[in-house]
Parts: sequence; structure tokens; C-alpha cells
Amino acid sequence: MEQDLAYSDPFLADILGRTRTIAMVGASANWNRPSHFVMKYMQTKGFRVLPVNPRDAGGEILGEAVVATLAEVAAPVDFVDIFRNAEAAGAITDEAIALAAEKGIRTIWMQLGVRNDAAAARASAAGLDVVMNRCPKIEFGRLNRELSWGGFDSGIVSSRRRRMRPI
Amino acid sequence: MTRYGFETRMIHAGSEPEPVTGARQTPIFQNTSYVFHDADDAAALFNLQSFGFIYSRLTNPTVAALEERLASLEGGRGATCAASGHAAQLLAFFPFMEKGDRFVASNRLYGGSITQFSKTFAKFGWEVDFVDTGDLDAVRAAIGPATKALFAESLANPGGVVSDLEALARVAKDAGILFIVDNTMATPALCRPIEWGADLVVHSTTKFISGNGTSMGGAVIDSGTFDWAQNDRYGGLTGPEPAYHGLSFYESIGEMAFTAHYHAVGLRDLGATMAPMNAFLTLLGLETLSLRMERHCDNAATVAAFLAAHPAVAWVSFAGSDRSPFKPLADRYFGGRYGSVFTFGLKGGYAAGMALVESCTLLSHLANIGDTRSLILHPASTTHRQLTDAQRIAAGAGPEVVRISVGLETVKDILADLDQALTRAGQAAQAAE
Repeated sequence: MEQDLAYSDPFLADILGRTRTIAMVGASANWNRPSHFVMKYMQTKGFRVLPVNPRDAGGEILGEAVVATLAEVAAPVDFVDIFRNAEAAGAITDEAIALAAEKGIRTIWMQLGVRNDAAAARASAAGLDVVMNRCPKIEFGRLNRELSWGGFDSGIVSSRRRRMRPI
Repeated sequence: MTRYGFETRMIHAGSEPEPVTGARQTPIFQNTSYVFHDADDAAALFNLQSFGFIYSRLTNPTVAALEERLASLEGGRGATCAASGHAAQLLAFFPFMEKGDRFVASNRLYGGSITQFSKTFAKFGWEVDFVDTGDLDAVRAAIGPATKALFAESLANPGGVVSDLEALARVAKDAGILFIVDNTMATPALCRPIEWGADLVVHSTTKFISGNGTSMGGAVIDSGTFDWAQNDRYGGLTGPEPAYHGLSFYESIGEMAFTAHYHAVGLRDLGATMAPMNAFLTLLGLETLSLRMERHCDNAATVAAFLAAHPAVAWVSFAGSDRSPFKPLADRYFGGRYGSVFTFGLKGGYAAGMALVESCTLLSHLANIGDTRSLILHPASTTHRQLTDAQRIAAGAGPEVVRISVGLETVKDILADLDQALTRAGQAAQAAE
């Protein structure tokens, strides 16, 4: 799945840099589920993450109200993170395309292991950026060298001194 | 994404300018622990939900720079450094071996590995089956239901044996088990086992990677591509980890599971952490790895040819020799270089071997390899003395065998020292008769 999906670092950095609010479809309240890991991490990095999960609708995950569908997300959303299988990702993508103008959605992101080329083509045709088979936590961490702290290869070589974020 | 060349990554991977100060060389973070922003930050770190430093037994910025560089050079997803090569080997097996589990290993490994696997691992209930990994049918026959891994050296220390990495990787893959390669002797400058199908690569970084004989160290590099869930052999990574409040590493962290487990559980509980100072010296060594390996290999080829023509020498086991049965494999896997550690046999036997190492005045008589200095050793009386006679012979360390690690000195000086020492060794052998 990996070989034929290449995204440049500037492309990914641009998406993550412009994103403020993420709708996470398939967010889990269980602390040791991957989606919970990602939601927790993205929150600590200053993103607002709004959980979408019919099973937990009406409840709360990490301080945010859970809704059943993307359409019910109250706030503007610029990024839809799909934590569902490839088949489900098709319908979620179509829903996101339909809501794009209303919600301000600019990015469809399918998690590691999730790829739906037909859905991606529809989203691209609608003017949305699409990333598949990647994790925003891993990419954010990699681009900011945090992944390197754990001994992982970031693939990044640079002689530039990174600017620290102002306090 | 730009994929930089090997030499560029040898110098730069893992080591961008330190962002707070702008320091260009990787700083030595000589500290044990790291301040949390708040309780929530601490909890997220302990839950592995965010990236960051907790305690240097687990991770340290200087060690992490070396880990990233090694992962990059070997073509792996991540790497974990350890206090020594032996510590790295223990760490490598730790996540998936349970009492009663087995693994298959080459019978021609470095003697220290044979002892560690057969004697010390046995105390944990981990059993090893040694086979001639040149015989693929024997390897297949040795893999049973409790077998978790196949272990070989790309280039064996010291016998000059080269593993058919691609063929062994296929055997392991067909059996659904891990293929682990010790790449210490070849280094990623000559061979990158992951490109041939290895799942894990282990190193003693003490040798060529640090290169100057300064720093103990080891590493495990994970390819990130092994499917832990393909069968039920790897419950330690696919099931709930009791030593980490029930987290399933493979499900939660995917291709990063192994490296995360090594740090969060392996180093935490085994404690065999690499010191930051050693990581720094090893990073310095790595910057010149490919240059050093070129000269090591060139000098070794010259020394091997000299010894092969010497009247006191019975045989030379150098993979680059036209007479070596391993030359075709070495040409394939090492790109026309053959390493700088090899063995030769003296016509004068055990007594000549002892006399030779005692007569050298430039080559150092010591138990290490992969130094800038040329090193010489008589394995039967030192590194391999714990083994049985049969194990010594299988490992290429019989009574007449001398191991040499050819360094970076002027090659004619190395030859001159060997020549005078061989003369003395011949005299000693005659006196012993």
C-alpha cells in the first residue's frame, strides 16, 4: 500500500500548518485505542478535535462532545480524519464533500491502513486535498522531529536551524 | 521526499542543528531526566500518547540522534541503542520470546553470541537450535511450532562465512518467523540486510560503526515491515502487554510497535541503556564510516594476499580470496568488498598462534575488532575458549587459527610487523616440537 502513495513534506506541512479543527470519524473513548492516542496528541499540539462516533454519541471524549455524524458537528471543520475501514471511508468522504462548503472542509485524511482511491478521486475533483494511509500524529511528530526522539527515521536532513515557537 | 545518499545521511541523519542554541554538532545531553509541562503532559508521555523524554534509561536526545542515523543507514523504520552488542541481542529477542520458545541460529556465529544464546538465554527458558545456515533444508527442518526467529550474521566473525541473506529471508518469511541479521562485521556501508528481507538488524556499534575503539554500544534496527499479526506466535506485541497496562503495541502503534516496545518496556525493565557520551562518540565515528570501510577493506585484501603467499601460513579464510567458497555471496551482498576481519591458520598450530600474537609490536593483541588500529587475537585461547572443540571448529576458531582485524595504518607497516612476528612464531613452533 505504501509504495505508490508519495506525499511531499511541504504538502503535508502545509495541510497540518493551516488546519485548526479536525473532525475525527471513528474516535474512541477507550484510552488505548489508536484514535484516542491521535486525538489526545493533536489536542496537546493545539488542534481542536471533534469526535464523531454513533456508538458514543451524546457522550464526551477528552472534553469534547461526541456526535453521530459529520453533519452534526457544530463548529467549522477544516480537516476530516477517517478512522474507519476503506469501504466506510467512501461514504464518509462523500458526506465530507457534500458538507465541504458549509463546514469549510479542505482536507480528507484517511488513517494508516486506510485507502480508497475512488473516494480520493471524488474528493480531489471537488477541490479537496487528500492524504491516505498516513497518521496525522505520526506526520506532525515526524515533521517537527518529535518522532526522532523515539529513535525513528524521520527521513529529514536539514542544515537549517528550526525556529522555536513563541511562548 | 528527497532521499539523500548514504554518505550524506551518514553525517546528517538524526542531527539537525540543535534548535534552542543552534549548536551544529549534536550536543551530549548528559542528564537523567526531563521536566514535564504539567501532570497531563506527564500522563500522556507515560501512556505513549505523545512523543517526548521521560528518563534517560528509556530515551535520551543524544542516543536518539544515533538511533535515527542508524535507522536511516540500515533502511529501517526505527532503531534502539543499547549498552553493548550483547545487550542489543538480548533486547532484540525480549519482546517476543517466552519461556519454552525457540529460535534457530547459525552455528558459525561469533563465539560470544553462541555462549550468550546457548548458556545465558537458556536461563530464561529461551532455547536455541544451531544449524549450518548454508544448508537451507537444515534451516527449514529446524523451524518448529515454538520457533520465533532465525538469526545469522551477514559476515561471520571470525570465519569469513557469508550468509545467503535473501535465501534465508525467504525461508523465514515462508515459515512466518522473524529473520534477524547481525550486521556488525559488514556494517551498512557494505551491506543493508533489510534490503534483502531481514526484519531486524542488530549491531555491536563498538566495532566499525564507532570505529576508534572508544565506546561500547549496540543497536537493534527494526524494518517496520514484519506482520506481527500473521500468526499467533507474537502475542507479546499483538496481545495486551501486561507490563504496559494492557496496551497492544502492534494495534496501537503499528509499524512503530517494535521500536516503541524496545524503549518503553525493554530498556525500561532490562536497563541496558547506552550512555549519551558513547552515543556522541559513535555519532562521530559514523560520520566517516564509508571512508574508513573502504580503507579497512583495501588494507585487508592486501594483508590477506600477503599471508596467503607466506610459507608459515597454512590457509587464509578471507571472503575476498578467489579460493573462498563465499566470494560469490560476498560479491553479491557486499558490492565487491570483503570486510577487514578474517582468520588464517598457522602451520605451527596452537604454539605458533600464541607466539604470533605475542610477537607483534604494531598490531595490538586484544579482544576487539573494527578499530582504526590493526588488532590480532588467538581465538582458541581467548574469545572462544568457553566453547567445546567441536563448536570452536564449527565457528572457524580451531587451535591454529589467528584472527586479524586490519586497521587503517600504512599497509606496508602492517605487513612488516606480521612478517617479523610470523618468523618468531615459526621459531616457537619448532621449539615446541
